Amino acid sequence: MLRGSFMAIWEHRSKSVSGARNGKRQIRYALWTIPLSILSAYLLWEAASRWSGLPAFILPAPAAVARRLWAALQDGSLLRHTSTTLAEILGGLSLGFIFATSLGYLLAKSKTVERILSPYIVASQSIPVVAIAPLLVIWFGPGRISKVMISALIVFFPILINTIVGVRSVPQDLYDLMRSLRATRWQIFTKLEIPAAMPVLLGGLKIGATLSVIGAVVGELVGADQGLGFLINVGRGVYDTTLVYVAVITLVVLALTLFTFVAALEWWFLRWREPPAGY
Amino acid sequence: MTSNAAILHAESLYVTFPDGDLGLRVLEDISFDVKANEFVCIVGPSGCGKTTLLRVLGGLLEPSRGAVIFEGQALARPRRRIGFVFQESNLMPWRSTVDNICLPLEITGASPEFIRKRCEELIDLVGLVGFEESLPRDLSGGMAQRVAIARALAHQPDLLLMDEPFGQLDALTRERMGTELLRIWEASKSTVVMVTHSISEAVLLADRVLVLSARPASIVLDLSVRLTRPRSLELTYTRRFGDLAAKVRGAIQST
Ligand SMILES: Nc1ncnc2c1ncn2[C@@H]1O[C@H](COP(=O)(O)OP(=O)(O)OP(=O)(O)O)[C@@H](O)[C@H]1O
Ligand SMILES: [Mg+2]
Repeated sequence: MLRGSFMAIWEHRSKSVSGARNGKRQIRYALWTIPLSILSAYLLWEAASRWSGLPAFILPAPAAVARRLWAALQDGSLLRHTSTTLAEILGGLSLGFIFATSLGYLLAKSKTVERILSPYIVASQSIPVVAIAPLLVIWFGPGRISKVMISALIVFFPILINTIVGVRSVPQDLYDLMRSLRATRWQIFTKLEIPAAMPVLLGGLKIGATLSVIGAVVGELVGADQGLGFLINVGRGVYDTTLVYVAVITLVVLALTLFTFVAALEWWFLRWREPPAGY
Repeated sequence: MTSNAAILHAESLYVTFPDGDLGLRVLEDISFDVKANEFVCIVGPSGCGKTTLLRVLGGLLEPSRGAVIFEGQALARPRRRIGFVFQESNLMPWRSTVDNICLPLEITGASPEFIRKRCEELIDLVGLVGFEESLPRDLSGGMAQRVAIARALAHQPDLLLMDEPFGQLDALTRERMGTELLRIWEASKSTVVMVTHSISEAVLLADRVLVLSARPASIVLDLSVRLTRPRSLELTYTRRFGDLAAKVRGAIQST
């Protein structure tokens, strides 16, 4: 019944199943809408490649892409490049998340820190990360590190903002409650601030998850010898359009998987929230 | 009343919030004593500074001038011996009923076995058996308020500060909660300072009623309510009760 660790805060076995019911309905819905949309996309593509008269190096047929996919899977190259990109994405997202949440927490808690740092943060945000990606590749080399840095930079700002908003949204009365109980700073952090800021924080992570993929790929496009972005460059260079398609589709799957994972995390952590109206 | 010693002493409290050149004067020269095991109600017009006074009494807000002496010591910070019930039930929405109630015990580092036992007692005391695992969003206003009261009692504070604990409730629930509170207070042998905006609630529950004036608030009436205990709702129809309530009402209207 009682659990010490703060992770247990979210663990609840409420008799109310409104949230679960809502989730189940959505899953059942998704079970036939997702295959349906994939099927219609396939049919459209097939039709376009047959009857549009476009040459195969612009719009290859689905079957040709499937064959290329199979080949890339067989020789292990797709797996190698995918795992490189995935490592960069996860590295960038974690790095960006750690820095953005730490700094965001400081900024939310200290007016002084905010006053000193916010001009720089706002100014730095007006630099498009994509434009300085070549610079980062020069600085950190063509290896994975530069991609991790680009990805981390891209996810940094939205997660930072969400952290600040989340921490500022903690109700004053709950702070007073914790203070009246003489809770330590650590207890306030773990038992109040983290769970109370969690909804906004996870919103930031969701945005960050999508952006981290963009960051890694941009880095690879600028200069790399591995990864899905590199694969796109190679395919383009030798007019192997099917290879470009394979890489792009893999990226989409990667991004969707990541997004779904964060969404699942959100659902798990926020079961205590009111189910959204309209379901 | 086993003891006559003052558990809480407010010494000429002033609170001014920064606002414009002069500042917002909220409390002005408030002094009073609360004896151990006493039940004191504070009434006053809306926005006069009742919550502010309670925050000062609990050590959450430092007065601009004056001091609070709690159990013989000047109060500079909150104490665990002082429990709070806030104006809104102020529960953590991600915690179930038991987990909300046991929060103070978790913070003071009680053993899991003790916490489990104490929680069971409290759930029983406030009549929430069967709702242990419910989340605040699934509780009615009255139930949430009872969770808040149970939480404030969890670590057995000597002094309970309550800010309109029944403010959100309908009249019927309110009356029932009032008598329940009396029962809990008698069982837990604590001292209560409670803010309310209901005159009859104040007279029915309290040993003493303090009436605050409009802002800046000072005490315009300190009325002892010498009605026998245990008290029941029937008391509200008696002449004595009516006279006392009229005095309080007169004091509020005179401000
Ligand atoms: N932290 C603060 N900073 C500035 N002004 C404040 C602060 N807290 C309260 N006030 C002001 O002090 C006055 C008294 O507020 P308080 O909440 O104590 O009144 P109250 O008697 O509890 O009101 P209510 O009956 O509505 O609960 C109000 O005018 C309020 O705006
Ligand atoms: Mg108030």
